[in-house]
Amino acid sequence: MKSEEIYDVLVDKFGESILGIDSELAGDPSIQIAPTAISDVCQFLADTDTLAFDSLMCLSGIDLGVKEEVLSVVYHLHSMKNHHNVVLKTSVPKTDAHIPTVSHIWKTADWHERETYDLYGILFDGHADLRRILLPDDWEGYPLRKDYQEPDFYRGMRVPY
Amino acid sequence: MSDFFSDGFFKNINLQDSSNWATDFVQDVIIPRLPEAVAGHFSVELGTVIVMLVCAGIFVAVVPLLPLVLVLAERKVAARFQNRTGPMRVGPWGTLQTLADGLKLIFKEDFIPPQGDKVLFLLAPYVIFACSFAVFAAIPFGQDILVSDFNIGIFYIMAISSVIVMGVIMAGWSSNSKWSLLGSLRSAAQIVSYEIPLGLSILTIVMLVGSLSMREIVASQDGGIFTWIIFRSPFTFIAFFIFFISAIAEVNRTPFDLPEAESEIVAGFHTEYSGMRFALFFIAEYANMFAVSAIGVTLFLGGWQGVLPGYDFLGGLPGFVIKTLGLVFLMMWLRWTLPRLRVDQLMNLCWKYFIPISFFNILGTGIWGLIFKEDDVWSIGISCAIIYIALISAYAIAGRNLARRPEPQPS
Amino acid sequence: MESTQQTESKIIELKPFTDEMVVNMGPQHPSTHGVLRLELRLDGEIVREAIPHIGYLHRCFEKHSENLSYPQIIPFTDRMDYVAAMNQNWGFCLAVEKLLEMDETKDFAVPERAEYLRVLICELNRIASHLLSFGTYGMDIGAFTPFLYAFRDRERLLLLFEKVCGARLTYNYIRIGGVSEIIPLEPGSIAEQNYLDEIEGFLDYFEPKIDEYNDLLTSNSIFSERTMGVAVMPAEMAISYGATGPNLRGSGVDWDLRRDEPYSIYDRFDFDVPIAKDIPELGAVLGDCWSRYKVRMDEMKESVKIVRQILAEGLPDGPVMADLKAVRPPKGEIYFRSEAPRGELGFYIVSDGTPKPVRVKGRSPCFSALSALQELSRGLMVADIIAIIGSIDIVMGEVDR
Repeated sequence: MKSEEIYDVLVDKFGESILGIDSELAGDPSIQIAPTAISDVCQFLADTDTLAFDSLMCLSGIDLGVKEEVLSVVYHLHSMKNHHNVVLKTSVPKTDAHIPTVSHIWKTADWHERETYDLYGILFDGHADLRRILLPDDWEGYPLRKDYQEPDFYRGMRVPY
Repeated sequence: MSDFFSDGFFKNINLQDSSNWATDFVQDVIIPRLPEAVAGHFSVELGTVIVMLVCAGIFVAVVPLLPLVLVLAERKVAARFQNRTGPMRVGPWGTLQTLADGLKLIFKEDFIPPQGDKVLFLLAPYVIFACSFAVFAAIPFGQDILVSDFNIGIFYIMAISSVIVMGVIMAGWSSNSKWSLLGSLRSAAQIVSYEIPLGLSILTIVMLVGSLSMREIVASQDGGIFTWIIFRSPFTFIAFFIFFISAIAEVNRTPFDLPEAESEIVAGFHTEYSGMRFALFFIAEYANMFAVSAIGVTLFLGGWQGVLPGYDFLGGLPGFVIKTLGLVFLMMWLRWTLPRLRVDQLMNLCWKYFIPISFFNILGTGIWGLIFKEDDVWSIGISCAIIYIALISAYAIAGRNLARRPEPQPS
Repeated sequence: MESTQQTESKIIELKPFTDEMVVNMGPQHPSTHGVLRLELRLDGEIVREAIPHIGYLHRCFEKHSENLSYPQIIPFTDRMDYVAAMNQNWGFCLAVEKLLEMDETKDFAVPERAEYLRVLICELNRIASHLLSFGTYGMDIGAFTPFLYAFRDRERLLLLFEKVCGARLTYNYIRIGGVSEIIPLEPGSIAEQNYLDEIEGFLDYFEPKIDEYNDLLTSNSIFSERTMGVAVMPAEMAISYGATGPNLRGSGVDWDLRRDEPYSIYDRFDFDVPIAKDIPELGAVLGDCWSRYKVRMDEMKESVKIVRQILAEGLPDGPVMADLKAVRPPKGEIYFRSEAPRGELGFYIVSDGTPKPVRVKGRSPCFSALSALQELSRGLMVADIIAIIGSIDIVMGEVDR
């Protein structure tokens, strides 16, 4: 199935929660989803036989710039059964970044969500074990946010550059 | 009560043979050469003790050279298996490499874990070292090259080599390291388990020969290669392999090197040791390896007896050493070829296969002894024929199984 | 999980209780393949829980990438999976090229010669990577010798790579729009012929060696005892955990991006995709450590096959670099995945039309596969943990990025 067809299916099912499809830019078209609905949409995509998205290829956070007020999370899904792909995108405000987890649908989302939390500070509600994964547990700030300032000191040690 | 002390605790065990060579040496060689004034007051007992101490000194000085050679040999053998040259820089063809390594280890910091049990930590390498060297006292290297001929020689060896596990546990416990503890407990479980098939396979020999004395065991194999115990009966043939595999497990070498499995528990019980103490473990390991091979040769492969009756071919001290080094080489060969077993598989092998087979062996040896009252051409001929047929059929069955084994083909 | 354990202990009242021992395996450990730290909760030798802690080799690839132009990022991809750096270069370049919409219809397509060189080099790199995996796996299980055999053969491959790009480990060879021209390989020149002959010589030498290694290690009974039936990962679990490449095929899923989503010129070559199977006669269970290992051994043969086809065809004439003035992708985003030796290597790139990306995410196959370790290792033994880590073949540089 093409992304547009999947978009139609999702609109039929979820209506208002599906915000639109972004197919003008270069690259893959992505379906915009409201953050509150993402878990349900993913569950639907995974469970429906005609869609059967059984694998989450990639889950990544995006921060488009200092001036942007939202953080985005992108889900690249793939179906091993039906051999089709879809890109889901959802945006949350930087000040209150909460997104329902999808780690109960695809187990690989567990670590990917931890990584996104670690680097962007997006909180995945319902995640069983949301800890920092790449950075030390006591790291302050979320380095991949565009407004991140490199700390001068880490545990009293001067960071040399 | 006084009788009890004068006779010793164990009356039947003669730790010092009545014809002690050291006493003879003092009486026959030293005293006649002394000035008469001294000779009259010279006590034979004191002389014996002095002579024994000197011998022990020579022994302790010479035997560590053995690991020195064996470590180099191991590295060279490994290198050849792996298409390398091994150490080549220190001395001609790298022959002084181990010496250099030893020197380096002596000068290294002797680190003691601050939270560990200091006394046990310091003691452990010496326990292992001492035990592995004490074993050499009962091994007959040649007709008269035997430190002490106990009448319970093989029993003594079993007992002493069991104490090694104490050292291993001491080392593991006192290091205050979890890897060390894991390694030492693995070692304890392994050595204690494999002691049983080892002891049972030795028992078959004791039954056959009727003596625990190493000298007598060797003496009973004086009729050339076919009177070596390994060929005496089909059961001793099996016993040899059980003995050899158990011995590899006893000295913690691949495929049974779990106590020091590098890829799993870092270095096992000697993880925290450095410098000379580490070297002691190392020396002890190689000394042990040589010792169990020497015991194997003594028990099964004729000891210092030659291949042909009446000729000295592969006999005497050189023959003994060659045979022993052959077994040592076999151990090295296995080490550089085989992967390592897992703990449960190791225990399975011991308890489910080796021990039942060993019991069967003992039964078989008893029956064999009833049928053939004494070793003659008949019994040895029948034994060799059975071994030959068994080997051929095992080869055929294994070959057929291998041929039937399907090579998994993808997609 | 907790609750079921509690009810169990109520039923069996005389269950002997032993203290759990918490052991840190790593980050400095001989066989965690780098700086992986595992927090093991042991009950004697049995692992109650193995919790992986990663990040010791985190070098901020993604943060760096946001401040670099596209060609400058390529050397950073080398450092991700340093065992198969060519494939990492290629994965990134493919994603950027896709974003640039380079293809035959545009005037700046990737030249034919460059495509052949890329496949040639990357398949050789795949062999090198699998050789390392085979060698270290042998060492993890306790056999030291295969490790040195593997390194002996890998050395010849590294020399071959050195001849085209001057480096042995971090190549920076595949560039956006083609391959590096630092060491020119003129079409039809003697140098090219010698180079191809040398590769052919290596293949002739190496192909029988695979069977030798299978005899030495794969069919060794101790090795099979240690790996067969250990840590079985069923197909659904593998897909759910995002295990890809040999790990996925080891679970019996017939999926290879080179065949199923062909990129570059892989559709021109004839090769099989090795899939693990249940082999009850041997004791191998689909999805166990042995299956994953065996898939790698078989994949080396397939790579040899592909390289042989290229050698038979010969490299086409022409330039090795597209006529690309500047790498300035249009506004947009792309996720592109390619088949690296360790599985599906994806790059997610967001561009805002400037020469620097807004976001680069490397989706590393090892990262996903390693997350399955916790579930795979539950209830096994310490020695099995090592067998699992070796069989999923992780490179910490890629896990931590």
